[in-house]
Amino acid sequence: MVDTKRLDAAFFALSDPTRRAILMRLASGEATVRELTEPFEVSQPAISRHLKVLEDAGLIRRGRDAQRRPARLEEKAMTGVLAWIERYRKQWERAYARLDAALAAEQKLQKKGNLR
Amino acid sequence: VNKTVDVTTPSEQEILVTRAFDAPAQLVFDFHTKPEHVRKWLLGPPGWSMPVCTIDLKVGGRYEYVWRSDEDGNQFGVQGEFREIAKPARLVHTERMDGAPGEALCTLAFEESADGKTTLRTLMHFSTKEARDMALESGMTDGMAASYDRLEEYLRTTNAGA
Repeated sequence: MVDTKRLDAAFFALSDPTRRAILMRLASGEATVRELTEPFEVSQPAISRHLKVLEDAGLIRRGRDAQRRPARLEEKAMTGVLAWIERYRKQWERAYARLDAALAAEQKLQKKGNLR
Repeated sequence: VNKTVDVTTPSEQEILVTRAFDAPAQLVFDFHTKPEHVRKWLLGPPGWSMPVCTIDLKVGGRYEYVWRSDEDGNQFGVQGEFREIAKPARLVHTERMDGAPGEALCTLAFEESADGKTTLRTLMHFSTKEARDMALESGMTDGMAASYDRLEEYLRTTNAGA
């Protein structure tokens, strides 16, 4: 069974778009605060705060090196709550991709009808 | 429009799913409430059929969806009751999934922008945090999870996901 406190912290951590973007970035490899600050339009201290939230939630780990402290994904967390949410999200994406196609087909049909 | 699906958990008992569509609210609403339209997209993966899709769209009216695997005859169903209908802006209904504990209360908000696009926000409120976590863990269509890889492949080949 999953530790519910950890789970709550993870859900909270994932509720922020910047933090989700950071996790996506870390999925392709570890990065320092400086490296993470570049692609986002937020300050270095703000990124550090986001990393703290992610770290407390057990979603990432920080390196020991006092200077760089590179952040990397916590592998175990990735197969837990993150994986659930991502799988859940993907299910909706699949269903909604079908809805898109159905909506487009219907609108095309209505357009044709109006021209007649 | 940005078609990324956003999933968040606003509270311990809730899941919020947000997505934008290239269609007016009236049409997106119809595709959630008319069986002939629902059948077009709320299908199971390939190899699954939807033998039951009934919707009695009135306050207190019920709906029921059943999916069946043609291969092994396994079935999975969802049913509930409409609580509030404000076409095309808002729809509130209960939702009970086979095998899930209790009911969720779903509130769908269809917000149309000036250019005729619609943002749909589906807020699911569960009776307990455990029910919420379970829904999140098992996905919205529990019994069909095993077949999702095939669906993904299907979408890729038909290009419907593009």
